[in-house]
Amino acid sequence: MVSAQSAAEAGQASPAAQIKIAARDVTISYSGVAALSGVSLEVREHEIFGIIGPANAGKTSFLKALNRMDSFTDGMRVEGDIQFDGVPVSRLRNVYALRKRIGVVFPLPVGLPMTIYDNVALAPRLSGIKDHAELEVIVERCLTRAALWDEVKDRLSSLGSLLSGGQQQRLTIARALSQQPEVLMLDEFSIAVDPVTTMRIEEVLRELRSEMTIIMVTNLVQQAERLADRTAFFLGGECIEVGHSSQMFAGEVRDERTRDYIEGKFG
Amino acid sequence: MSAAKRPMVARERGDFDRRNADWYIDRLVQGLVFLGGISAILFIIGIFVFIAKEGLGFVIDTLDLTEFFTSKYWEPSDEEAPEYGILALIAGTASVTGLAMVVAIPFSLGAAVYIGEFATGKTRESLKVLVELLAAIPSVVWGFIGLSIMNPLIIELFDVPVGLNVLNAGIILGLMAAPIMTSIAEDALKAVPDRYREAAEAMGATRWQVIYKVVLPAAKNGLLGAVLLGVGRGFGETMAVLMATGHSVNIPTSIFDSVRALTATIAAELGETAVGSDHYSALFTIGIFLFIITFVINLLADLVVRGVRKG
Repeated sequence: MVSAQSAAEAGQASPAAQIKIAARDVTISYSGVAALSGVSLEVREHEIFGIIGPANAGKTSFLKALNRMDSFTDGMRVEGDIQFDGVPVSRLRNVYALRKRIGVVFPLPVGLPMTIYDNVALAPRLSGIKDHAELEVIVERCLTRAALWDEVKDRLSSLGSLLSGGQQQRLTIARALSQQPEVLMLDEFSIAVDPVTTMRIEEVLRELRSEMTIIMVTNLVQQAERLADRTAFFLGGECIEVGHSSQMFAGEVRDERTRDYIEGKFG
Repeated sequence: MSAAKRPMVARERGDFDRRNADWYIDRLVQGLVFLGGISAILFIIGIFVFIAKEGLGFVIDTLDLTEFFTSKYWEPSDEEAPEYGILALIAGTASVTGLAMVVAIPFSLGAAVYIGEFATGKTRESLKVLVELLAAIPSVVWGFIGLSIMNPLIIELFDVPVGLNVLNAGIILGLMAAPIMTSIAEDALKAVPDRYREAAEAMGATRWQVIYKVVLPAAKNGLLGAVLLGVGRGFGETMAVLMATGHSVNIPTSIFDSVRALTATIAAELGETAVGSDHYSALFTIGIFLFIITFVINLLADLVVRGVRKG
């Protein structure tokens, strides 16, 4: 078993990587209707953790619970225990401190109605950086990483909300990176992005793994296969199994439903 | 590690959950906003308590509520047997408001559809500014137009003895309410996302079909809210109605009859009554009644705009 933890784990800092996020028996319901029940899993530091599964599997709800976005949704209730660096997120004294450490990219791009520059400089400014030179460096680095710099470097002062869908999505990624998160959560980030750009972003994500932990919800089974070190398969509000991607996608599954989904027999 | 990387405070694992200045500022602002909201509610309650205090004792002790709502005789100055019946006043207000809506709804919705859906560029911008300007005309000016222009016009056109009547006030009030209704209706149309229009146009629907089948149903709540706000405006309007109705207590049988409105009665008589007298209290009772009606209308408008429906 250990010897089989091949390429996927080789890139990790250490085989006994620390646990970044631990979920135990997490149940999520919306106005009493269960969306996710009894999910327990662990996300390790500096890994790319993929979550796959058909619609209504509870993938997005799970992400929302991780950074306490449940407070935005009326009737959403999270039970069970989620720990971030060993701290239970349900009993935080300062929820903003948690969210600062988790960058989120939503499925539909959100270019805030301000300039491209201000979009990316927002988070650094919020954390108190005023120095122009420093901000410029952060903006350029984040936009470069999100594979957007070359396209927008000459018009940083135009409105971020006027970019095309795919560009806005990369702007969203750049903005998420600008807060220097410890965890980056991506929910179907490639939905509005062309295949070439998707590949470029995937390359960036691989590089980012050395700096942060990445949780990636995706509808594309191949994307999880390409990127994720470990993958969880969600179905109908349950976590069917969590496994090393290299094994899972090679057919070594514990549950036949996982194989069926990966092979496209349903979904 | 690039030089660009900002120096970060060393983070102990799990030691992020601290309250900092930002957190306290957030709490403070939340508290201030809460106070602002609460004080608005307290003011409303205060106003209601004031009006109720002035009128309620009279309602309980002296006033015959059945007579108040069913008698058409408003004769507070009768020395021997003053009578406080507001049926004719309700009829006056309702008839004027009703006619005003007949005038205002087609005008305002039409204008809103034109500005929101057909007009482009400069036409659109200048029309919007004009509508806002119209909404800012003081009601006494509208009343003046009713007195000095509409009055002789109606006498001449329809060959009636008096031009200050339901027709005059209804038209004046309708024109008065139309700009604000247009403005709100146009906001409702603007809130309909363009992708709805694009999706409908992509099916080959004509401009009018897109508006009629897609845009108007989508904006239905906002449009209804605009109409209800217009009705509320009609009930509450005082000066223009006082000047254009003829101000005579009367249940109208035609649009050429003079009437008197609830609001106008308060405005015209309150200054001449002794504080605490029955007449004074009766006027306050009308105030309570108006308050309840406008409250209900505004509440309805609010519920409709939010799309909350019962059942």
